[in-house]
Amino acid sequence: MENNFLIDSKYLSKAALEKKHRLETDPSSRTDHMKYMKGMEIIKSDVCKEVISAMNSYDYDSYTAKDVLRALQHERCTVEDFKALLSPAAEPFLEKMAEKAKIETGKHFGNSVYLFTPLYIANYCENYCVYCGFNCYNHINRMKLDMQQIEHEMKVIADSGMEEILILTGESKAKSSVKYIGEACKLARKYFRLVGLEIYPVNTEDYKYLHECGADYVTVFQETYDSDKYETLHLMGHKRVWPYRFDAQERALKAGMRGVGFSALLGLSDFRKDALASALHVYYLQRNYPQAEFSLSCPRLRPIINNDKINPLDVHEKQLCQVLCAYRIFLPYVGITVSSRESETFRNGIVKIAATKISAGVSTGIGDHESKYTGKGKTDDEGDEQFEINDGRSLKKMYSDISDEGLQPVMNDYLYV
Amino acid sequence: MSSEDKLIIGGHEFNSRFILGSGKYSMKLIESAIKDAGAEIITLAVRRANTKQEENILDYIPKNVTLLPNTSGARNADEAVRISRMAKALGCGNFIKIEIMRDTKYLLPDNQETIKATEILAKEGFVVMPYMYPDLNTARDLVNAGAAAVMPLASPIGSNKGLATKEFIQILIDEIDLPIIVDAGIGKPSQACEAMEMGAAAIMANTALATAGNLTLMAQAFKQAIEAGRKAYLSGLGRVLSRGGSSSDPLTGFLRD
Repeated sequence: MENNFLIDSKYLSKAALEKKHRLETDPSSRTDHMKYMKGMEIIKSDVCKEVISAMNSYDYDSYTAKDVLRALQHERCTVEDFKALLSPAAEPFLEKMAEKAKIETGKHFGNSVYLFTPLYIANYCENYCVYCGFNCYNHINRMKLDMQQIEHEMKVIADSGMEEILILTGESKAKSSVKYIGEACKLARKYFRLVGLEIYPVNTEDYKYLHECGADYVTVFQETYDSDKYETLHLMGHKRVWPYRFDAQERALKAGMRGVGFSALLGLSDFRKDALASALHVYYLQRNYPQAEFSLSCPRLRPIINNDKINPLDVHEKQLCQVLCAYRIFLPYVGITVSSRESETFRNGIVKIAATKISAGVSTGIGDHESKYTGKGKTDDEGDEQFEINDGRSLKKMYSDISDEGLQPVMNDYLYV
Repeated sequence: MSSEDKLIIGGHEFNSRFILGSGKYSMKLIESAIKDAGAEIITLAVRRANTKQEENILDYIPKNVTLLPNTSGARNADEAVRISRMAKALGCGNFIKIEIMRDTKYLLPDNQETIKATEILAKEGFVVMPYMYPDLNTARDLVNAGAAAVMPLASPIGSNKGLATKEFIQILIDEIDLPIIVDAGIGKPSQACEAMEMGAAAIMANTALATAGNLTLMAQAFKQAIEAGRKAYLSGLGRVLSRGGSSSDPLTGFLRD
């Protein structure tokens, strides 16, 4: 069963509805998603070519149990081994994979589990991405926090004990300018030990500016590495340009950011191919930027406001676990983040195997940390959420749950130099 | 062990030859390293200590234990120098372990940058203990730069693979007058013992303990292995077994005068 992404809002004008329907039904009305828009920087890099050719030639049904067993026996996981571990043939060996992944995680990260929280400062968006709650045709409460409100949110979060923050915006350069985000980063450095960004992709020069403002980690989700599928999901706006998004991490590293995060949104397209491409994206970039830190996330599709029918399709928890174990075995040195889209039970289990970072005290809404943290009533001054979260544990609860599992929660392992 | 057999680093004397590394930290590990392994020096990643969380590692380290802050996270000499100064400002004392990596995959040290940082920090009065890839030329440069010890890696950090660089560490032990402290990759007590038999001055380990099934037992095992290796070294075992066997009928027995 396919997801039913296309939902109309009764609040849209006739003209807007017409345009929306045209974009949805007539591919010729959409711009070329492989063509850079004006102002988008083009960098010279072979990474994309390598990743995509490996992904296109990946025939996961050709792998057998023998290939999987061989991969599990190897001390070093090759790209071929990784492909076997991601294949359906590996599913019966999930427990063995988990055992190997656990050992690798222990070697590189010990029993540490890093904690962070996202802070959405604006949810305006100029794109029409059919699966996203922030998409410009979705009727939601839009909001952009001013600096005073941002500082208030940060205080509330910092008071809870959090030391790492991930600043997010919707993808609207007009409403949430680079300067605006930079100011938010400067504020964040007053309250947090590490400031990460998950915003629309920008040029090297802008990443440089944001780095100077205090951001040191940039995460960009490619959503899907299958550019043809991408084209059918991101119908309008600058996000539609697939290759510009692909090179975002490399531009961020060129700009001096210490680390970069990657992911596909599993469930949008063929998840095995997307998982392969995500990991290879890291693998090939690492060869060019060995000093950088890398992390992988593994979001699955979640229901959004006005559309509760969206689900992660054939990426069940078992498959997700398989992907994460394969990531860990192939890239043992890479951080793996598991978001609050996943359940408490899943997150408790996966941090013992492969994940090294989880969020706590999460809200994907705007300006609502105080009401969420203190139980104070919701005010009118809050923006709607990007997606529904699943694990709503507070930092305090998360900290004690992790400790109870015999793991060590770590609030900070970062130093600005 | 003779009470005279002290480990001396930068004029400071230590009885224990086990140093706890910083890779994987937990309060339990620190307690066990001190109590069961007898550690008198504990490494501390400045980037982890610089925290406001309840469990600040600095609060957990007893006063009679020497803190060895490290510069993990530094990608060049300049960053290592800045982190070292930060450590001093945090109240971590004069010791500094230099770790400079520009590779997050294998975490191999950058010898050239390490020499530069050592020179700057030694001049500023730090007791500098550089982590390095075992290379004789680098080791000599580190001596000239003012290092207080030289810390070659046995194998990649966290790998528990033991003395992969054994031959090269032996050369450093033979040629360098400073204490050679084997750092990184020591996965079991037998490997620690072997390094000590070779003449290493001390062993730094972390992952081997942190990932052990029973932390207390493993800490004790390391203590005993290091002491055993040290005794063997002092007793002169290495000369007979590993430097060419000696025949019972001397080859030169025919010489008359």
